[in-house]
Amino acid sequence: MNAPLQPTRHAPIDTLDRQIIQATQAGLPLTPRPYHQLAAHLGLEPEEVMRRLQRMQQRGIIRRIGAVPNHYALGYRGNGMSVWDVPDERIAQLGRRIGELDFVSHCYQRPRHLPDWPYNLFAMVHGHDRDEVRDKVSIIAGLLGADNRGHQILFSTRILKKSGLRLPT
Amino acid sequence: MRQPIESTTLTPLQRSLLNDYQQGLPLSATPFADMAEQLGVSEQQVCDTLAQLQQQGAISRVGPVFRTHSIGASTLAAMAVEPAQLEAVAAIVSGFDEVNHNYEREHALNLWFVATAPDAQHLARTLRQIEQRSGHEVIALPMLEDYHIDLGFELQWT
Repeated sequence: MNAPLQPTRHAPIDTLDRQIIQATQAGLPLTPRPYHQLAAHLGLEPEEVMRRLQRMQQRGIIRRIGAVPNHYALGYRGNGMSVWDVPDERIAQLGRRIGELDFVSHCYQRPRHLPDWPYNLFAMVHGHDRDEVRDKVSIIAGLLGADNRGHQILFSTRILKKSGLRLPT
Repeated sequence: MRQPIESTTLTPLQRSLLNDYQQGLPLSATPFADMAEQLGVSEQQVCDTLAQLQQQGAISRVGPVFRTHSIGASTLAAMAVEPAQLEAVAAIVSGFDEVNHNYEREHALNLWFVATAPDAQHLARTLRQIEQRSGHEVIALPMLEDYHIDLGFELQWT
């Protein structure tokens, strides 16, 4: 464990925001007035709940609000974590390019762990099977060209635990 | 392992709810009625269809998707575990409440997990505890920069 943990990014959320996050992370009730139901549960005004959700969305704490597909159940059974060694001075430009590809669900810069782990760019690639994932990874390799100094695909063989975001209290 | 849900078994309304409403659920008093109006169906149909999709596992939920690292401290972490010990070590890792994802992957680094805590100190303590209890090194690979523009995921029906 030698990589320094990043200091927490400033989280402009207060107790009420936190309560709303906790109450919605398992999903909204599928009833005609879900935010009203949520508000009643939390003892808040519905307008307050909607206003706070909107504010969290504007601040990027909420990425989006909608149906969250279960890729695996829908047949996307190839799940490949592609990892790339690219020049640090070019990573911002390259990362943005890879991050906008529609088959990439996550694209992050992470620290290297030398000498064993030279990879600094991670892109999660989804496909129906491993061959489709490999094809998509080839597309990324083509885009990176000479900036790709090495890459691997790590396929997952088993999901050992997967739970929604939980906020330890 | 459950069979994948075949796209041919989905109705046009199911597909539309799956593909077009991964973002932009209205923040209004009656979001499902708003969607129903856009889709030309009833509010009841929208609620029922979303409930069905959730029940059959096609969607895990309808609601906000949070950016984990803007709420607390989190990191991806990897361990290299001998195959004979993998089950035991994986159970130790999964046993921590701070661990929300844990995958086996094909690599010398074969155990990959995500840990989330209220703050960086708590997170560092959790990783140390995992190292102590498992007897294996934990390599922390925290996100430094996020390059992904999350507009949901285009489901391709074949």
